[in-house]
Amino acid sequence: MAAALLSFATTGKLSAQDGKTIYNKWCSGCHGETGAGDGVGAKTMLPHPRDFTKAVYKIRTTASGEIPTDDDLRRIVEVGMPGTAMPEWKSRLSAAEIGAVVQYLKTFSPNSFKGAAAKAIAIGKAPGGDGVADGKAVFQKLECYKCHGLAGRADGKSAPTLKDDYGNPIRPADLTENWKFRGGNSVSDIYTRLRTGLDGTPMPSFQDAVENKLITDEQLWRVAQYVHSLSPEKTPESREVVRAALAQKLPATPDDAAWATVERFWIPVVGQIIAKPRWFAPAVDGLWVQALHDGRSLALRVSWDDPSKSPDPIWDEWLGRMSKTLTDVDGPLATQQGPDRLVVQWAQNPSDESKRPYFLGGDTKSPVYAWRWSSEPKVEEGSEAGLGHFTALPNGSVTQSARYADGQWQVVFTRPLASSDTTKVPRFGEGRAIPIAFYAADGSSGEDEVRGAVSTWYAVYLDVPTPTRVFVAPIAMIALSAGLGMLLVTRAQKNGRANGATDSSPMEER
Amino acid sequence: MRRVMLGAVALAAGIWGCGGKSSGSDAGNTGGSTGAVPQSGGGGAGGPTGNATVSGVIHFTGTAPTNPKIDMSQESACAGKYTSPPTDPQYVVKDGKLGNVFVYVDSGVPNGAKYSAAAADTIDQNGCLYHPRIFGAVVGEDIVIKNSDNVLHNIKAVPKVNRGFNISQPSAGMTSKRTFASPEVMVPLECNVHGWMHAYVGVLPHPFFATSGEDGSFSIKNLPAGTYTIKAWHEKLGTQQTTVTVGAGETKTADFTFSGPKA
Repeated sequence: MAAALLSFATTGKLSAQDGKTIYNKWCSGCHGETGAGDGVGAKTMLPHPRDFTKAVYKIRTTASGEIPTDDDLRRIVEVGMPGTAMPEWKSRLSAAEIGAVVQYLKTFSPNSFKGAAAKAIAIGKAPGGDGVADGKAVFQKLECYKCHGLAGRADGKSAPTLKDDYGNPIRPADLTENWKFRGGNSVSDIYTRLRTGLDGTPMPSFQDAVENKLITDEQLWRVAQYVHSLSPEKTPESREVVRAALAQKLPATPDDAAWATVERFWIPVVGQIIAKPRWFAPAVDGLWVQALHDGRSLALRVSWDDPSKSPDPIWDEWLGRMSKTLTDVDGPLATQQGPDRLVVQWAQNPSDESKRPYFLGGDTKSPVYAWRWSSEPKVEEGSEAGLGHFTALPNGSVTQSARYADGQWQVVFTRPLASSDTTKVPRFGEGRAIPIAFYAADGSSGEDEVRGAVSTWYAVYLDVPTPTRVFVAPIAMIALSAGLGMLLVTRAQKNGRANGATDSSPMEER
Repeated sequence: MRRVMLGAVALAAGIWGCGGKSSGSDAGNTGGSTGAVPQSGGGGAGGPTGNATVSGVIHFTGTAPTNPKIDMSQESACAGKYTSPPTDPQYVVKDGKLGNVFVYVDSGVPNGAKYSAAAADTIDQNGCLYHPRIFGAVVGEDIVIKNSDNVLHNIKAVPKVNRGFNISQPSAGMTSKRTFASPEVMVPLECNVHGWMHAYVGVLPHPFFATSGEDGSFSIKNLPAGTYTIKAWHEKLGTQQTTVTVGAGETKTADFTFSGPKA
């Protein structure tokens, strides 16, 4: 902040008029020339770009219903809004330029900003100690789960009914993916959102609950700490290669406790915006992938957050709202909810790794080997030549075991490494990295075989069983050094005893 | 105490008095606050008032659509307050009369007349419905928002002119106060935890408004003599208007007739 102010001072003051020039160049494409949130790209996005004419802002440090401070606006322009199409601008625009844009934004709603500047509420400091258990109890008492779900995965009972001020469908935050929190994911950020609410959305302010002494300010901090604890400590980074470690026995079901110790890999997925109909509002944003093999079969567990087990009648209203809001994207959505879907794509011929198939389900020249799963649940094995162009293979050998709980799907796929089909099925060999890509769709949001979320290519590497000699040498070395060490210790103790020392140790007893 | 308050209290007693059980009928769910009384001139802060009255009856023709049933099975604390399945009282129709119509003076009050805020109005969340559902408030007037349900409600105002708010009220007994700074008919209020909960508040720069009761009647009192445009608003059936000239001490009638939506 200090740096920003300094830079503002040294670069001189820019006017709202300069802000207009910058705005028209960089912002109007989404937010519209009149600031009404109706730029060219707006309709395809969910959430829609902010409508500045209303001066209703989600991320503020001011009380519910109040205008934001200039710093609030500046911060969002600087760092963007994670989980939305709003990027960060501080790497492109100077502090002075951002300041000018902020002044210009306010002119879209002159009446709202004509009075005194809004005052930020005083934010104290998070109380010390481990408040997670307390926070969980308050989270339950406040019934946050009604929208955010018991495990925080945005699957609460009220979630399908939620809409913003414009009647557009809006999802509660998935509290287990805090890297997408619009206003930042520090405990202090979360606490501020609880105090101020997110205006224009169903998320209310808990300020009055504190003022009414229903909960204490400390308890509100504890909720923030608990919410913070629901996500991984570090934002997951995607890695190119998913390791399939060697296991004695493969867990066959998704809830097998053995999965808890298997390394998991985060694979982000994004809206499919190439093949028509394109889809800019994907419900699924990433998959946790785990893999094991036992030398005979491969087991892959894919877990992803999806607030609805589709189809589910309580989500009919949601689908209707999605259809209404996103009508202009390459034709109408389905009127009925389809199933949830996951397609695991494998390159058919991994021997030529320079030539990976097209990541959208391959194409006619270079199809992919695919496991097409849907939430009935069932899995089909086949060959795909482009999204949705699927041909089942005879004698499929992949099996699935699926579980839906607390807003999350977990699906275990198992298949033998060996295959009689060497042209349409990759060789699942140890020591090989086999290209893999994913497609995921939520039936309750109108997603189908083409409207959904896709990943780029990754690879699954099957661990090679370690040769015996790899184990023998180090063990021999350990034994040798331990033996020598003991000899030394024993000698020293003998000497000590001779000198009248009385301590005893287990080592001595030997 | 303002009559609107009395109406609300009497109504609440009617609904919740018998062991907290509602009849579950549409009539039982009306927020039939009956009117508004202008500020007394005594404080000197009020605009001009008088002793003229505009009253009338809201008639209803045609067939009233069935009010939608509300599934409260997830909220036993609310569902337990009803003896028969609760419905959303969008249409309060009885004997050809329409309740819950907001009737107000749209023009005719001298420009620039300032009416100070009257005693607070209370909107109660009880049985996972708002009471009253339709009411009026003077600009700047405190609106007391109360939760009588032992469940989480949020109350969100979604105005077009005014600033909105969104307050969490996680348990029974909680109250909040909010005001609206500008005239706006109507400001929708909603609960997002319970998507069926809707109320509407008409915010006016003066206290000359009323909500029709179950019997369709309304009465706007203490008007100065003058010619007024009177509007009648219904949440589903839209707005009608008429012009009334009333002399000092007179009572003039302004009836309205709403027709059910065409099938």
